[in-house]
Amino acid sequence: MTDKSASFIYVTFIRTTPEKLFEAITRPEICRRYWGHENVSEDWQPGSDWQHVKVGETRSVELVGKVIECDPPKRLVVSWANESQKDDPDQYSRVTYDIEGKGDMVKLTVSHDELQPGSGMLKGISAGWPIVLSSMKSFLETGQGLDI
Amino acid sequence: MDDDKVFKALADPNRRQLLDRLCDQNGQTLGQLCTSMDMKRQSVTQHLGLLEQANLISTARRGREKLHFINPVPLYEVYARWIRKFEEGRLGLLHDLKQELERNGK
Repeated sequence: MTDKSASFIYVTFIRTTPEKLFEAITRPEICRRYWGHENVSEDWQPGSDWQHVKVGETRSVELVGKVIECDPPKRLVVSWANESQKDDPDQYSRVTYDIEGKGDMVKLTVSHDELQPGSGMLKGISAGWPIVLSSMKSFLETGQGLDI
Repeated sequence: MDDDKVFKALADPNRRQLLDRLCDQNGQTLGQLCTSMDMKRQSVTQHLGLLEQANLISTARRGREKLHFINPVPLYEVYARWIRKFEEGRLGLLHDLKQELERNGK
C-alpha cells in the first residue's frame, strides 16, 4: 500500500470575518488577488470538481480534485492532486480548511494530509502554504496581498 | 503584538531545538519529543506551550495521541517583513555595483 502518512497543519489568525475568509478561498475573483491562482468550482458541493487555475493568459489548470465537505463559512474539505497526475488515485492528498471566529480575529487552520513522504507535492506545499497564508492575511487585513 | 511572542519564543535555544526536531519529523507526540531532548517532561511541556501561544506550533488529536506540528506561517511573516525587504536592498546595491564596474571597464 502506498505510504500516505505525511501531513502538515498550518494556522494563521486573521483580523476579518469567517464569511470573508471563506469567500477568499472559494471565490475566484477574490482568490486571484492574493494567491495568483483561482479556486474554481461550479457549486462547491460535495462530489463536485474543483480546479486550481493559474491567473494569466494561458489559465493553466495546475491542481484538481473533488469537494469532499462544504459547510460555509466554517469548513471546506477537498481532495488535491497535480493535474498531470489526476488519473492516479495514489497521488491525491486531502486539504481541510477550518475557520473559527475568535473575538475580532478568525483562526484559519489548513490541514494537508494523506501526503506521500518525500513526494514532490509534499515539498511544494511545504514551501507554498506559508506564503499563501501570509499573503491571504495581508490581503484581508490591508487590501494588499504579498507579491507571490 | 504577535511578533513579540514569536521573537520571545525563538529567543530560547531549547525551543529552537524543539522546532528543529519537528522540522526533521513533523507531527510528534510529547513522548517522542522528550526522548530527543535532554530535559524533563514538564519543561518540554512548558516550552511547547510557549511555542503554541506564539503560533509556531499547532497540535492535533489523532485517536489517543496529541501530535505537534511546526507552523511556519509566523516565520514566513517575519521573513517577509524583516529579511526579504533588506535582501531586496542588497540585491539593488549589487546591481548598482555591477553597472558601475562595467561602465568603468569600457
